[in-house]
Amino acid sequence: MASRASTTKRRAGSNSGGTKQDRPLPAKQRCREILAKMMLIRRFEERAGEMYAKAKIGGFLHLCIGEEAAIVGATNALAETDYLMSTYREHGQAIARGTPPEAVMAELFGKKDGCSGGRGGSMHLFDYERRFLGGYGIVGGNLPLAAGVALAADYRGENDVMLCMFGDGATNQGTFGETMNLAALWKLPVVFMVINNQFGMGTALERHSAVTDLSKKAEGFGVPGSQCDGMDVLDTEEVIAEAVRCAREERKPQLVEAVTYRFRGHSMADPEEYRTKEEVEEWRKRDPIETFGKRLLDEGVLAKKDLDKVDEEAMATVDEAVAFADKSPFPELASLYDDIYVYGEQVKGWYTVDERSPDTHRGERERDAPAISHELAEAGAAHEDEGDEPHPKDHG
Amino acid sequence: MPTMRYREALNEALREEMQEDESVFVMGEDVGVFQGAFKVTKGLLEEFGEKRVRDTPISENTIVGMGVGAAMVGLRPVVELMTVNFSLLAMDQIVNHAAAVGYMFGGQVSCPMVIRMPGGAGHQLGPTHSHSFEAWYLHVPGLLVAVPSTPADAKGLLKAAIRDDNPVVFIEHETLYGQKGEVPENGGPARFGEAAIRREGDDVTVVGISRMAITAEKAAETLASEHEIEAEVIDPRTLRPLDLDTIVESVKKTNRAVIVEEGWPHGGVGANLAALIQEQAFDWLDAPVMRVTGADVPMPYSKPLEQASFPHEEHVVQAALSTFRDV
Repeated sequence: MASRASTTKRRAGSNSGGTKQDRPLPAKQRCREILAKMMLIRRFEERAGEMYAKAKIGGFLHLCIGEEAAIVGATNALAETDYLMSTYREHGQAIARGTPPEAVMAELFGKKDGCSGGRGGSMHLFDYERRFLGGYGIVGGNLPLAAGVALAADYRGENDVMLCMFGDGATNQGTFGETMNLAALWKLPVVFMVINNQFGMGTALERHSAVTDLSKKAEGFGVPGSQCDGMDVLDTEEVIAEAVRCAREERKPQLVEAVTYRFRGHSMADPEEYRTKEEVEEWRKRDPIETFGKRLLDEGVLAKKDLDKVDEEAMATVDEAVAFADKSPFPELASLYDDIYVYGEQVKGWYTVDERSPDTHRGERERDAPAISHELAEAGAAHEDEGDEPHPKDHG
Repeated sequence: MPTMRYREALNEALREEMQEDESVFVMGEDVGVFQGAFKVTKGLLEEFGEKRVRDTPISENTIVGMGVGAAMVGLRPVVELMTVNFSLLAMDQIVNHAAAVGYMFGGQVSCPMVIRMPGGAGHQLGPTHSHSFEAWYLHVPGLLVAVPSTPADAKGLLKAAIRDDNPVVFIEHETLYGQKGEVPENGGPARFGEAAIRREGDDVTVVGISRMAITAEKAAETLASEHEIEAEVIDPRTLRPLDLDTIVESVKKTNRAVIVEEGWPHGGVGANLAALIQEQAFDWLDAPVMRVTGADVPMPYSKPLEQASFPHEEHVVQAALSTFRDV
C-alpha cells in the first residue's frame, strides 16, 4: 500500500502546487456555465447509479464521478465542429458535448429514444449531430478510429480536430503505439487525452505501466505530451486548448495526460478492494466541483444561493431525464434487423426467429429485398397496426 | 472482350473507382512505392499521389481501425492487408467496429469500406501466410464477404464493394493473381448475392468457393468424360450475401450436392451451406450433402504436404461419385 500512497501523493503534489489555481477565472456567466455542466454530470451519474440499483439499467455501468473537470475542461476547449471520441466511461462526455441528458438516460434504459436507439447502452453512446463519435467498449479500440476521423478531416482539407479520450489502461494496448506512430507520421489533427484516473479497472497505475508519467509515453512515437490537473477544470481547458491549437494549426498530434481520480468503483459491480478508503478520501478533498464552487464563492463570483440554484437546476434536469427515459418505449422488435445488411429471401430458414415473430422482418421489407412471403408481410403489417407507437424512421 | 490477369482486373477496378470518386483512397502495407505485395496497386501512387495511395506502417489493427474512422465520416477507404492471416491482427477492428458501428449507434453512421486480403494455399507460404478464413468473416453480421475466382468477377465485385455502404471483406486468392480471363470492357460493378453457374448439369450440384470453383469445373469435365455424370458447377462469388436460391434450385434439380472449399472442415463455409441445403431442400436430396475441405491442420510448408492439404480435382470427383453410391 505504501507505494500506492506515495504515488497518490506524488500525483497530488505535482499538480496541486505551482500556478494552476491562479488560472484566471472567466466572466461570471461563463463560470456559472462551467460549474453547471460539471454539476449536471455529477447529479446525472449519481442518479444513474440509483437507477442501476433499481435495475432500470442493465449490463455494466461506469460512472465518471470525480472526473468531471477533466471532461468539461477538455470539451470546452473544442470548437463545435471538432470531433470527440471516448471510452465506455462516457456519459459525462456526451452531456458535456450537448447531447440532451434525457437521450443519454434513455440509452442507459435501453429505450428507443436513447442517443443510440437503445442498441449501444451505457458503453456506446453516440451523437453524430454534435460530433460526439462514440463511446467504445474495447480498451484502446477507439484510438485508430479517432486517427481515421482526423485523417478524413485532413483529407478533405477541413480544419476540424479530433479529441480522443481514453484511460490510463489503454496506454498499454498495441493500438496506443500504433496510432501514435501513424498520427505523427501523417501529421493528423488529433489530440489524444489520457484520463489518468489511477486505475486500469482494479490495477493501479504503477502496477500496470512501467512508465507512470503517461504524458511521456508517446514521445518515442513522435507525439509530444503535456500534463494537466484533471481535477481543475480551468487548467484542463487551457492545456487541451493549446494541444488542440497545435494539432489544428501546426498539424502536430498531441498527447495530454489529465491527472484525475475516479471516486466510484470501476463499474457498479466493483467492491473496490484494491484501494483504501483513506486514499479515496484524500482525493475527495480535491473534488473538482467543490473546489471550483468554493473558489467562485471565495472570490465573490457566485453567492451560496447561486451555487444552490445551480445544483437545483441540475437535479431538475436529471429528474426530467429519468422521467423521459421511463416514458420512452423500448425499441420495437421489428427494428431488430434495421441498420444492418439483411438479404431478404436468401436468409429464410436461417433465422429461426422468423417463425416466432413474423414482424422481425420489417427491416427487409423496408429494403425491398426479394421478400419474405406475402403472408408473412401481412402478418407483420397487422402487428404494426396494433401498436401505438409511430412507425420507426426508415433507415433505408 | 479483352483478356487480363486477375491482379490487373483488380487494379483496373481500383483505378476506375478512384477516378470516379474522390472519396475513395487506398491504404496498406507497401501499396504505394512497392506497388503492392502482389502488385495489385501498381501505378496507383503515380497516378493518384500520396494522399490517396498511402503506405502504412505494419500495424494491421490500426490501419483497419483508421479506415473505419474515415468511413464513419464519409470517406471510402480500401484497406489492403498483405495476407488473410495478417487480418487476424485486425480482427478486433473488423468485428467490433467495422461490422458493428452502423448497428450499435442506431444507424447514425455507416462504414463504407473494403478490406482486401489474399488467402489460400499453393505457393508454399506455410502456416502463417496461406490459410482460408472465409468462414470466420462469413460468421459476422454486418460484413459482406466476396470471394472472386475470375478476373471478371474480381473487377466487377471490387467495384461493387467500393460503392457499397457496408463494410466488405474482399478475399482474393493468392494463386489466382496471375490467372488470365476475359473481362468486359467498360464493365460496371457486379451484383453481390448473385452466384455464377459455371457449368450446367442435371446430375449433381458442385459448389466451389473461391479457387475451388475452378477445381470443381475441372472435376466436372472428368465426371462427364469418365463417368457420364453431368455436374452443375456453381460459384457463389459472394458468401454474404449468399445466392442460396440458385444453389437450392440446382439441388432440387440434381438431388445431390457437393461443396468444395479450401478452408478447415469444422465450422466451415461448407458446413454452413450443407445445413442450409438440408433445411431447404431435404425432400429433394437423394444422398447426404458432401463436403470437400482443406485438411484440418495448420498449412504445412513442404510442397507435397501442402498439396495434400487442400482439395484437388480427384477429391471432388470422388465426393461426387460417392453421392451416387446407392443408385
